[in-house]
Parts: sequence; structure tokens; C-alpha cells
Amino acid sequence: MLAYLIRRLLAVVIMVLVVLLATFTVFYMLPKWAGQDIAVLFAGKATGAEQVEGIRTKLGLDEPLLVQFWEFVKGIPMGRTFANGNDVTECPAPCFGYSFVTEEPVWDTLKDAMPVTLALAAGACVLWLAAGVATGVVSALKRGSVWDRGAMIAALGGVSLPIFFTGMVAMGIFVHSLGWVHVEDSLSTDDSIGVWFETLLLPWIVLALLNAAMYARLTRATMLDVLGEDYIRTARAKGLGERVVITQHALRSAMTPILTVFGLDIGVLLGGAVLTESTFNLPGLGLAAVQAISSKDLPVILGVTLFAALAIAVANLVVDLLYAVIDPRVRLG
Amino acid sequence: MTESIKTGAAVGEPVAASPAPTAFLEVRDLRVHFPTDDGLVKSVDGLSFSLEKGKTLGIVGESGSGKSVTSLGIMGLHTAGQYGKRKAQISGEIWLDGTELLSADPDHVRRLRGREMAMIFQDPLSALHPYYTIGRQIVEAYRVHHDVDKKTARRRAIEMLDRVGIPQPDKRVDNYPHEFSGGMRQRAMIAMSLVNNPELLIADEPTTALDVTVQAQILDLIRDLQKEFGSAVIIITHDLGVVAELSDDILVMYGGRCVERGPAEKVFYEPRHPYTWGLLGSMPRLDRDQQERLIPVKGSPPSLINVPSGCAFNPRCPYADVPKDNITRTVRPELTEVGGRHWAACHMTQEQRERIWTEEIAPKL
Repeated sequence: MLAYLIRRLLAVVIMVLVVLLATFTVFYMLPKWAGQDIAVLFAGKATGAEQVEGIRTKLGLDEPLLVQFWEFVKGIPMGRTFANGNDVTECPAPCFGYSFVTEEPVWDTLKDAMPVTLALAAGACVLWLAAGVATGVVSALKRGSVWDRGAMIAALGGVSLPIFFTGMVAMGIFVHSLGWVHVEDSLSTDDSIGVWFETLLLPWIVLALLNAAMYARLTRATMLDVLGEDYIRTARAKGLGERVVITQHALRSAMTPILTVFGLDIGVLLGGAVLTESTFNLPGLGLAAVQAISSKDLPVILGVTLFAALAIAVANLVVDLLYAVIDPRVRLG
Repeated sequence: MTESIKTGAAVGEPVAASPAPTAFLEVRDLRVHFPTDDGLVKSVDGLSFSLEKGKTLGIVGESGSGKSVTSLGIMGLHTAGQYGKRKAQISGEIWLDGTELLSADPDHVRRLRGREMAMIFQDPLSALHPYYTIGRQIVEAYRVHHDVDKKTARRRAIEMLDRVGIPQPDKRVDNYPHEFSGGMRQRAMIAMSLVNNPELLIADEPTTALDVTVQAQILDLIRDLQKEFGSAVIIITHDLGVVAELSDDILVMYGGRCVERGPAEKVFYEPRHPYTWGLLGSMPRLDRDQQERLIPVKGSPPSLINVPSGCAFNPRCPYADVPKDNITRTVRPELTEVGGRHWAACHMTQEQRERIWTEEIAPKL
């Protein structure tokens, strides 16, 4: 088990490094290939040639790519100092680069955005797991019934409706027309839990609705498969009650594929729920990414990408470890 | 049913409308039909037999003859936990130790399952839950019917594993099914089914998924355990060799019905149905001459939706034209007694069948 854990951790580190190298190359080389001077991008349009050269030296953009990459990686644990003569900018560890658009280290932007995304993802995933799995199980047990058909049509609708539509409709009804929910314009860690809860309530529900629909369909299909297994018949042949057969024998097996998808979903979500955050104007990683893209803030884009990759890698690692907990056959591997 | 009343009230022959059977297990006119898009599948269509404690009945037939459907029917597993619209239609009577199971409260039948009647399945790997230890699964089977703490149940599980011949049972009890070999898994499955001392044990193809070398061990084990526990055993198989070794009685099924039934030695040495002859002819034997080939039953199993009219076996029967007036294709033959406790359903006369068996079939076997 320990060897397995170490192997998996190593794989995550390697994967993140590869992603880092790839994104770094894309972000720093692509402008060059497109004939754009990256120092000009950082400096903004209305700057003189002298300032551009200054920024080039300060950020080390005149160095070879590999050196730049090494400086970047080193900056994460050690911190960095950007200097051009007397013009010195500190970027304390963990330094994921420095944004000249926001005039602050990228880490500060990430740090502020993370709690929002984390809270959004945590609340939504609890809701969608509970609703999706429960609906799926009941649908499977009542296969072909009115309930099953209704739930599956509703689920199809839930999957098909884009979040900016359901989000807008929900906001229009519950915030603006009925006034049941009061939403803050922005969230910060200084706000009370109540404010966070109320602001996040609609995003949770809207995001959960979309995913719950998918999970309901997945759970239903998996449960139907599992219920046809021989060991379910064995469980009944032992004289176990139907409730025990479903919860302890069938559902436990059905959890494996659900967990796989859940790991991917939560990983993607932690990297920023772009649509949800944009729709509800939540200052999370997704919104930070959108703003960074529109202002061509390369360091922030790189930072968010890196964080998203890390989130997916870690979520998958956790899923793999959970596999081993759920399925004893995985422990051999 | 009228026919069977006529043919006799001898031991084991069903007697209609008599609610108090003397046998431990008595199945009367069991029918299990499954509605499908293509029509009604008549998997079991009027099956009757009885079984005493301490005796073994072998049910033989090819795939789709209704053997497994019968056993699941006795266990009540066609109705328990069957979700959705299309439920199996079951009629007839199944009497187990004085209780009629088909009309009994489902929860009562559930409490009998695993305690009074237990089942061993064909493939122990897929029949055991892959995520739980062998011990946990046996403990679960025991605690469903016995109000004991986990420690006691665990001791019982180890004792059962020991009894079925699993070495180091106190260690193996914590293994998962995938850590067992095929034969060990079937032993564990047997331990699980016997943990509550059931009075009826149904073994559905218990050795089909196992290595040939292990098959005999498992059969020996079942026989030993039956002697020890005194249970009634039903062995379901397509392998005549298996039932030959174990059974007191043999019931041959074809197309959801019984075509021949009787004491094992009678069915083996004086079979009175052409299908049984076919089964015997297709059984490989070492003492057979090398030049002689197996004699397979020609054709394929009958459709259970459009069962051939008359005798279900007539399209494959080499002797279908022996009886006069095309009767094999128009009238379904009923079971008639051909000897002591020995019945067969065939339109040929006793004399015709005796002659064909002794002159044409037996010498080739």
C-alpha cells in the first residue's frame, strides 16, 4: 500500500511538472511565434522602447526559455526578486510569477480567489452527489415506472440546459423578482458565513442541478448493471432484506464508477467554475482566469492553469486511493 | 393433472388438490413464465416432483431446459427484488416442510431463504461479492438468521471454513474472494450456504466452472456434508456423470418439462425416453472403443416461446414416426409409469422402447 502511495505521488509530481513545462512554453513562446514581443504585452501599449527593454531585463525575458523556466520553478518554493537597476519588485514565496496588470504577485490573486471556488465546489458537490445518487438509485429500482421516466426526462433537461441560462433564470426569479435571496456583489474572507451562504446558495443549486442530472443517469445505469450481478442474487439467497441488498451490496459496487467521474468533476471544478462564477459574478479562480484572459495578463493565466492542473492531479490521486479502500482487488496493483 | 391422477398415487407422483404433502419438498405443476417482447417464454411449464430429507435429486438437461429457473423458483428468487414491470409469472405449488411457498408472505419466504433452504451457484467468483472478505460474507449469512454478536458469528464462519476443508481457516477468513482459488471459492460458497444448517440445499451446476481435478473433490464434499447434516439436496447439472455419482433420483428436463424421472440406476440402465438415450450417448466415456464416436443429440434446444406441438422433443427425435397417426406432433405425451417409481413421457409403447433400448441404443454405449 505504501509503495502504491509513493508511486502515485511521484506520478502526480511528474504530471504537474509536465503540465507546467507545456503551459510555460505555450504562454511564453506563442506570442513570440505570433510575432508579438512579450515584453510589450507586459508593459502595455503606450510605452516607449526604453521601458520595454527595462521590463525585458527585469523579468528575465531575454534569457533562454529553459533558464526562464528554471527561475519560475525555483520561485515557487524560494520566492523571486525582479530587478532592473533600482527598480526592484519582490515576489515572496510561493511565487507563481508577478502580474504587471494588477501590480501584485500572482499568488495573491490565486489566494483571494481560491476560497470562493473552494466553497462553491464543496457546497455544490455535496448537493449534487446526494440528489443525483438518490434519484439514480430510486430510478433504477423503479425502472420503467412513471417516476423513472419523469426523473430521466428531468435529468436530460438538467444536462442540456447551460448554466448561464439556468443561472440567469434563477437570479431573475429569486433575487430580483421575489427578493428571497440577497446577493453580495463580491465575497471576501472578511464576510460572515451567513453572507457567504446566502450569496453562494443559488450558484450551489444551479451548479448542483447540472451535475445531479448527470449523476442520476450514471447512477441509474450502474445500479441496473450491478443489480444483475450474481452476487446480488447470492445476497438475496442468503435471506438478506432488500434494503441491505441495495445499500450494502449493490450501492457499494455502484460507487466505483461514480467515484471516477466525481474525481474528475471536482478536479475540474476546483480549477475554477468559469461559467458559474461568471454568471453569478463570484470572484473565484474561474472569474480570475476570465479577467486575466481579457486583459492578456499572462502570469495570472499561467498561475490559474497551473493550479487547475494541480487540482485535477490531486483529485485523481485521492480517487485512486479511495479505489483501493473500496475495491480490495485494486490493492494488489 | 387428470392424467397424473390416473397414473398413480405412488411415492413422488403429484396428487392434485391434496394440501398436505408427506414429502419434505414437493413441487406441483410448477410453471414459470417470463413475458418478453417476443412472447411468453415458458421456461418451466408444469413440473412436479418431490424429495425426502437425506435424499439427493439430480435435475439434468441442456441449457435452457428450465433447470436453473426451477431452482430459483423454489428459492423465491424470481419475485424477490425483481424491479420493473416485467415480472415472472409463477403458478403451481411448492411445499417445503409443510409450508406452501408461492402463496406465503414474501417476508416469511425471505426468512426461510438461507436458513431452511440454501443455494450454491455455478460460478463462485461472480457469486461472491468482490469487495467483502469471505468471512464477512459468511458472518452476514449467519447473523441474518441468528441473533448473535460478530465474534460468535466469526467463530462459526471459521468453523465452517474448516469443515469444508479450507486450510488455515482462521487466516483465510479475512481473505477476499479474489485471493482464493476456484475450488477454494466454491468450498467457501458451500460453507456459506451450510452455515445455518439448511434442510434443503440446491446446488446449481456446482462444478461447471471448476477445474476437472477439483470437481470430484467438491462433489465428495457435498456428499459428505449431506450425510453429516442430513439435508435434502438438489443437484442441477447438464453433466450426467455428476448426478450419477451423487443422486438417488434423477429428473430429466426438456423444454421446461420433465420427460423422465426415476431412481438413478433405472434412469441410467433402463432409460425409457429417447432424449435420455441422447444424453447418455453424448457422454464421453473412457471404456468406449476409440473408433466409436459420441452420439450427439441432433438439432438445437426448442424455442420456449413456440414450443413444438405434441412432444416437445419430436423435431429432434429419431423415433418420432414410430407411434402411429402422427401423434407425436399433435398430442403432448404425459408422464406414465414405466416401472417402480420410474416415469417417462413418450408416445412409444413400453415394448417399442424396451426393444429400441436393448437392441439399438445400449450396445452402442
